[in-house]
Amino acid sequence: MFEPVFLAQQVLNGLSFGALLFLLASGLTLVFGLMKIVNMAHGAFYLLGGYIGVVIAGLTGNLLLAVITAVIVVAATAFIVEVVLLRFVRGQELPEVLLTIGVSFVIADLCLAVFGGDPQNLPTTATIPGALMIGDLVYPWYRIFVIGVAVAIGLGLAFVQTRTRIGAVVRAGVDDREIISAMGVNIAWVFTGMFVVGAGLAALGGTIGSGMQSILPGVQNEVLLYALVVIIIGGLGSVTGAAVGSVLIGLIDAFAKAWIPELAYFTIFLPMALVLVLRPTGLFGRTA
Amino acid sequence: MSLNVTGLHVGYATAQVLHGVDFTIGENETVALLGRNGMGKTTLVRAICGLRPPTITAGGITFGGVDITKRSSHQISRLGIAIVPQGRRVFGSLTTLENLSVIPQRKEIAGERWTVERVFEFFPRLAERQSSMARSLSGGEQQMLAIGRALMTNPSLLIMDEPSEGLAPSVLDVIHDRIEGLRGTGLSTLIAEQNVDLALDMADRVIILDDSGTIPWSGRADELRTDAALLERYLSI
Repeated sequence: MFEPVFLAQQVLNGLSFGALLFLLASGLTLVFGLMKIVNMAHGAFYLLGGYIGVVIAGLTGNLLLAVITAVIVVAATAFIVEVVLLRFVRGQELPEVLLTIGVSFVIADLCLAVFGGDPQNLPTTATIPGALMIGDLVYPWYRIFVIGVAVAIGLGLAFVQTRTRIGAVVRAGVDDREIISAMGVNIAWVFTGMFVVGAGLAALGGTIGSGMQSILPGVQNEVLLYALVVIIIGGLGSVTGAAVGSVLIGLIDAFAKAWIPELAYFTIFLPMALVLVLRPTGLFGRTA
Repeated sequence: MSLNVTGLHVGYATAQVLHGVDFTIGENETVALLGRNGMGKTTLVRAICGLRPPTITAGGITFGGVDITKRSSHQISRLGIAIVPQGRRVFGSLTTLENLSVIPQRKEIAGERWTVERVFEFFPRLAERQSSMARSLSGGEQQMLAIGRALMTNPSLLIMDEPSEGLAPSVLDVIHDRIEGLRGTGLSTLIAEQNVDLALDMADRVIILDDSGTIPWSGRADELRTDAALLERYLSI
């Protein structure tokens, strides 16, 4: 239970699951930070991205092509959802949340009708073969690749947020969307852009995540739940918080499933409850 | 470009605030909007700038001959109206420099273009604090930044809502001096202000809002300054 190889394997399991959570949670927290809505369709975007990725990877054996296709299709879906539906209830929190729940149901049911109810995974031909071997430690390269993707996305988001004008516009919008609009920025299109980017990140997570865990009906609710826990712990609207929360929950989940599997859910909600009691804005969240 | 407000009725879900407001601001003119607390100065400013709420229920606003009554705030900004909002509302998580450089600039403008460098020349204190997060600036520095940010849109009309609020007299002098410095640059200015002395010092003309939600008096600033009865009746001075 405390052997070094076992501990190292659980750390890597936690980090790879945390990486997947980060891809989901970063999009969710960015959308919340700017638009002040919790996008309940985020899990459905993950599900749709996962199915499309599995299908394209199955047809071509090419993971990059699968990711690109999934991201484009899901981003286009999110664009339509934002422009055709969400824009008309902008600023009305309850209708916005209920609408995204409705969109989630529609996407999930369409996925069930099109892709069926059987669990599906990326074909092994599309994943990265082999395993890292250090002494007795054997760990799949694919999971290490997922960690690398999440780190690259995290660094990319940080760069865009802190070093580009569009990043500054988004941060200004998070600070005061009314005033950035009064300064000539068409904030409605910034909202749309952020919603599309968030959905694209969920699709990326869905595709590469399907090489680690199966895509099947219902998974959208499970991943959404994890992502919500992550952003509540990290702080709503904070990408740094999403990164820290993802690693934390990934590690806790990995060790809890190994040591006390009967309490696995309890162990991720306990830190969330503690954070809500001790620091309601989350570890990196800001007060209103 | 001149601003024309005609028969403007503005309100919120629970109350109508303005009941037929008419006034004009000409080119190069500095106009003070005065009135006791709660008379609707901020409501009028928000209505002109396209900020919602409140809602315009009747009447209209044109700017440079363009009807802006139903335009959104970003469209109104691009037509050349900039706001320095009450409470400054700088972007706290951005640096001073980012607060200025994040602003989109109008393409077609008359006169010299406002740039970050020009704003820093106009407010040297901002140049010294350009790398500081805006939330860490003093109230006076934030007010300079809010004015500089509005100028970065290269406006034809600058609307300032309570620019003196919460500022020390020494800072007020600087702000006053800088606003005076904008005269003759082709910029029109509307200043909604509680500080009557400051407003009268800066303005060519004054419009007063009262509790009827209309403008019972408008005229030259020096005319109001010498009319004790008017000051007492509408501004309780």
